[in-house]
Amino acid sequence: MDFFLQLLVNGICIGLIYGISAMGFVMIFKASSVINFAHGELLAIGAFLFLTLVTWAELPVYAAFLLTLVGSFALGFIVERLFLRPLIGEPLIEVIMLTVGLASMFKGIMLFIWGGNLHTFPDFLPETLTLQWGTIHVPPVYVAALIIGLLFLTLFGLFFKYSSQGIFMRSVADNQSAALSLGVHVKRVFALSWGIAALVAAMSGIVLGIMNGINVHELSSIGLKVFPVVILGGLDSIGGAVIGGILIGLLETFTGGYLSTSLKDVLPYIVLVVILLVKPYGLFGLVEIERV
Amino acid sequence: MLLEINNISIVYADVIQVLKGVSLNVETHKIVSLLGSNGAGKTTTLKAISGLLKPENGKVTDGSIVYEGNRIDNLSPEEITRKGIIQVLEGRQPFKYLTIEENLRVGTATRWGKPYRKDLEMVYDYFPALLSRRKSLAGYCSGGELQMLVMGRALMAHPRLLLLDEPSLGLAPLVVREIFKIIRRINEEQGTTIVLVEQNSTMALQIAHYGYVMENGKIVMEGTAEDLRKNPDIKEFYLGKGSADALKSYQNVKSYRRRKRWL
Amino acid sequence: MMKKLKLHPCGNFKERYEDELHVFSTDFGKLSSMIGLLLLFSLVPYVGGSYVLYILNMMGIAAIAAVGLNLLVGYTGQISLGHGAFLGVGAYAAAVFATRFSAPFWMAVPAAGLITAFVGLIFGLPSLRLKGLYLTISTLAGQFIIEYLLVHWENVTGGTMGITLPAASIFGIDLAEDRSFFFVIYMSLAGLVWVAVNLTRTKYGRAFVAIRDNDRAAEGMGIPIFRYKLLSFAISSCYAGLAGGLWAYYMVSITSEPFNLLLSVEYIAMIIIGGLGSIAGSIYGAVFITLLNEGLRWGTDFLMNTSLFPEIGLTIAPIREFVFGLAIVLFILFEPKGLAEVWRIIRSSFKLWPFSY
Repeated sequence: MDFFLQLLVNGICIGLIYGISAMGFVMIFKASSVINFAHGELLAIGAFLFLTLVTWAELPVYAAFLLTLVGSFALGFIVERLFLRPLIGEPLIEVIMLTVGLASMFKGIMLFIWGGNLHTFPDFLPETLTLQWGTIHVPPVYVAALIIGLLFLTLFGLFFKYSSQGIFMRSVADNQSAALSLGVHVKRVFALSWGIAALVAAMSGIVLGIMNGINVHELSSIGLKVFPVVILGGLDSIGGAVIGGILIGLLETFTGGYLSTSLKDVLPYIVLVVILLVKPYGLFGLVEIERV
Repeated sequence: MLLEINNISIVYADVIQVLKGVSLNVETHKIVSLLGSNGAGKTTTLKAISGLLKPENGKVTDGSIVYEGNRIDNLSPEEITRKGIIQVLEGRQPFKYLTIEENLRVGTATRWGKPYRKDLEMVYDYFPALLSRRKSLAGYCSGGELQMLVMGRALMAHPRLLLLDEPSLGLAPLVVREIFKIIRRINEEQGTTIVLVEQNSTMALQIAHYGYVMENGKIVMEGTAEDLRKNPDIKEFYLGKGSADALKSYQNVKSYRRRKRWL
Repeated sequence: MMKKLKLHPCGNFKERYEDELHVFSTDFGKLSSMIGLLLLFSLVPYVGGSYVLYILNMMGIAAIAAVGLNLLVGYTGQISLGHGAFLGVGAYAAAVFATRFSAPFWMAVPAAGLITAFVGLIFGLPSLRLKGLYLTISTLAGQFIIEYLLVHWENVTGGTMGITLPAASIFGIDLAEDRSFFFVIYMSLAGLVWVAVNLTRTKYGRAFVAIRDNDRAAEGMGIPIFRYKLLSFAISSCYAGLAGGLWAYYMVSITSEPFNLLLSVEYIAMIIIGGLGSIAGSIYGAVFITLLNEGLRWGTDFLMNTSLFPEIGLTIAPIREFVFGLAIVLFILFEPKGLAEVWRIIRSSFKLWPFSY
């Protein structure tokens, strides 16, 4: 029973991080209907940026964290400007392939700079962050994941609900031509969604890096887990992404705990195929009425 | 003259020519009505003004559109809306998953960062029906409310030139009357210049100062609203109250043809 | 009786629809490809050394799989990110047939193709109700699931140890040498290209293109899109399976390692660089990427030996990843129709030279 509860807590913490990372992915899809296959690499870049700032530049942790977020935001912004914008209006297939190419490029650059070895962050989370609940012991990383996850969720909730820029972003996702007719800067919204996506990806990259260590292959394949997450939640539902993330996180930790650790990485994809066959638009996705 | 369109031609996807040399002028603080049957090119003309042709792969290939002395043809919609030209799209396109008030806030995109409380009040003053529903999703509103919403949304942008595309589409006659009354009020109180595209020619010519009639991508007639209302051809073809016997008999087909050609 | 040779007319003089469907628009084109094939089989294997033949053979295998992928991506408009894994399925299927059932070479490879087509069908099923991008995601899942099975289904695949195949022979001829294998690979390639080219000008090929251009409209015209999508997926997987089977025999011993996501991306790169929706383009792409791979290997070896930048030469993988990615990105941004289009432009500018207008 204790083991079960332990896994439950761990699963929710990890799942929250998956969900937030998937949120960025969904945002790009909603705003510009681009499927971003480079999401895993954005996640890994964030983790490595943080690693470099903490170990090599020896910045204090909070400064490194903030700088990483700013840097990732800029990266996403630039990627949209340089690579995606020329393709606005081109066939979807080219856009998807472009992100596949970008993923490969980023991975190469990362392997070149940081190598394929496993790195670890220095231990900076205070031991006092541990939660002790009877026999359930929640290590500091998971508590941090929970705090950061909930914090970002609230921040983005507020941003999209109340800020003008957030409302503009939602309006573009809702009806692009109407947004254009009112003078919403649609291209700026695309760039902004890429920036925010890279930012949340970096944030989850850092947290996952603390949990499992930082390795280019490992982190970028974790990044690809956004696909099971968003398919489960529905490609176009931001709330669904978070719930899908938690479900996948739970599924993973329970498989890892009770069945086998190697099955844990592939099971989400099996679930993905099953979901696609049974409930193709995900649990929370909208069935769009489509006209030729 | 607020807006001068000189002899423009518009081509979609480099092959389909929709407008063939259209010229029209819009005076400041006036309501100008653009009439014509389906496919005459009215909506395309509006989109040419507001820059929304570009995302649809259309292009102004010839002629010029001059707004306040500056050419605006083939500028991007972002630039044109910031000059004060706002188009209200045909068929009421609300942001379905946004509430009424959020919809209205999107209207402030052209002057992002400036206070907008007063404008909200102004819009609710014109459209009191929106006030009671401000927290509900636009996707669940009725057609009349949506028409008010999209017009209110456009008003939030402080337009100097408002392009209205078929505001009466699919609405009950009473609601249409209401909407047109408000259009008139906006024009008089805010001093907004309005270009009104309509199928409902009777209503349009009642509130407009000046009118143009389009057919097959060309302007075929123009005049003050008064003159147009009295013109026998307009009466016959657009207002549906031509001399009753004119069309009834086959012997008069020739005169119908003649007039059509002349138009 | 001497038929009058048909050369390139100056303009489009096609009078019947059948004219549009000809593989070669002129007799000159037919003649030159015949001569090309003749040279390929009579001259190349005897002139080239063992290393050259090895490269050519790898190119041939890559070209078979790339043609298959292009049928799916370029013609039907469904993106697959699992082509590398399907190649692996083919390789392992051939290996299992050869070792467990001691099937001969000529049976094991086609059987591998069929098995892979079947596996492809399973991952193609999500295209039932959904658009292309869901299929892409489903094939990505397929990539990971197949990779996992290849490593963990140990009593069939031999786990990380892999499988060693018996030497290939066909009708008593030993195929252990590069030269004899060259004939097998290039005859298969020629045959499969012939099938692909002819497929694209039948009802099936036209249905594929219709689905790519507008699937709803295609459905409206009475094309059962789901059946055709699955068919295209099965054919494409079958090509991958055949290529995988040949690969397994050629390499003699296989492990699951090469059939990873990078290989899938490599194949995507091939057809983008070669030209989407062009059979010849797939072959150009296969040649380009294989040469690029070899070039990179040479380059890194060279850098290592000069000891100028010893740390750069440490591993080829990052540079490969980067260069593939860059090639994909640059081609999409600047020449989305690929090398096939570049070649067409060069050819037509020659044809019109010196009066290009």
